[in-house]
Amino acid sequence: MDFLRPASWEEALAAKAEHPTAVPIAGGTDVMVEINFDHRRPEYLLDLNRIGDLDEWEVGERTVRLGASVPYTQIMENLRAELPGLALASHTVASPQIRNRGGVGGNLGTASPAGDAHPALLAAGCEVEVESLRGRRMIPIDDFYTGVKRNAMEPDELIRAVHLPKADGPQQFSKVGTRNAMVIAVCAFGIALHPGTRTVRTGIGSAAPTPVRARAAEEFLAAALEEGGFWESGQALPPSLAQQFAQLAAGACNPIDDVRGSAAYRRHAVGIMARRTLGWTWESYRGGAHGTKGGAQCA
Amino acid sequence: MRVTFTVNGRRQEADDVWEGESLLYVLRERMGLPGSKNACEQGECGSCTVRLDGVPVCSCLVAAGQVEGRDVVTVEGLADFARQRAERGGCAGGVCGTGLDEAKRWAAKPAAEEQAGGQSGGPGELSPIQQAFIDAGAVQCGFCTPGLLVAADELLERNDSPSDADIREALSGNLCRCTGYEKILDAVRLAAARGESRTAGQGA
Repeated sequence: MDFLRPASWEEALAAKAEHPTAVPIAGGTDVMVEINFDHRRPEYLLDLNRIGDLDEWEVGERTVRLGASVPYTQIMENLRAELPGLALASHTVASPQIRNRGGVGGNLGTASPAGDAHPALLAAGCEVEVESLRGRRMIPIDDFYTGVKRNAMEPDELIRAVHLPKADGPQQFSKVGTRNAMVIAVCAFGIALHPGTRTVRTGIGSAAPTPVRARAAEEFLAAALEEGGFWESGQALPPSLAQQFAQLAAGACNPIDDVRGSAAYRRHAVGIMARRTLGWTWESYRGGAHGTKGGAQCA
Repeated sequence: MRVTFTVNGRRQEADDVWEGESLLYVLRERMGLPGSKNACEQGECGSCTVRLDGVPVCSCLVAAGQVEGRDVVTVEGLADFARQRAERGGCAGGVCGTGLDEAKRWAAKPAAEEQAGGQSGGPGELSPIQQAFIDAGAVQCGFCTPGLLVAADELLERNDSPSDADIREALSGNLCRCTGYEKILDAVRLAAARGESRTAGQGA
């Protein structure tokens, strides 16, 4: 095994071009587990810790450019207003020690359907900035996940940042697990209201081969909100509407039975989380008590 | 490969480090600092918690090569680290930190010596959080203790009067199979209370 320590982004791209099988390591919270358990013996480890740029974020007028290695702790502490859904999701990642090291780049690179960031990234709608010596490209998050632990990246590419729109409405995240800390999601759900475009976006984790959006649920809800004049009136949503949204969200799942939960349970739980998170975000939109402030709420 | 970094305030070198080796392995097997414990090797238990450039991390998930040139504090250096923090300026010139030999010989001072010798500042001196763990009976088998001490010390550094929720959150990445956690919570509350009364005594 060789340990590559590029001092700059350009050096990292050159190293990845020369050794496309090199495994990038930033927080190490996934890679080191695999090495410790001898599940993986990469020929090259490509350390990204020395590239300061990856730990930085930039809040622009409309978007946030989030460096691939910005630790979840920093997202929780500094970007709660701009990226409320991702901040809530970050708070459910493992433990403080892990959140101090892990970042969104690792979740995207691994592309496990159980990654906690994915539902929030899908719901916010974002672009992943990847680069190789051949050039830079922005991959829309909707095209990023291509299969179980597979993504749209080429072997010579590295993730540099994620570009997320600043929240223009309430966002929520909910996750089912056996306890509060140190838990891999049984399933998870993210929702973002986008009053500016009068749309709603969602993300489902751990309930399909890849992270997915509940598109039918989104379209149904956007149409129902529009037709009912809910965006203007800010009226409470009828329970039947929330119920229909929940059913469609559950229908977007394509889960498996495994040790963490059965497929039937996951479908059911995603429906419940969809209904509740819709309730929380809508109350927040109406100016109610449920905001995205404070800690994660129990679903 | 060779890895050079600062451990408990002093520069140390490790040779022949395998590229896939963890910081935890280097600390325990190459530097003779077995305070940080090796248990789950997957970041679940927190018993290997150390400070990396001040930030609490699981040392089993940090690749040794990633630590090059950086600063690590382990439980062996915690008393020294806490003392320097209390003195605010750290060390003013000269050699500071805990030497490797000194750290390897680290042992809690026996009670009799403690009473006779008082505060000597040498090995065996405890940080406030370590003393609080002993006084509150928060140590049973002791395996999880080093990781909990490092995590709890960092909590109190950030937040000198944490709520119970703050304590639970800060220690949520450290598993203990003996105590049921209540005495550990007591210990952190005790250390926080002692810190407050000390500050009050200084009129701050």
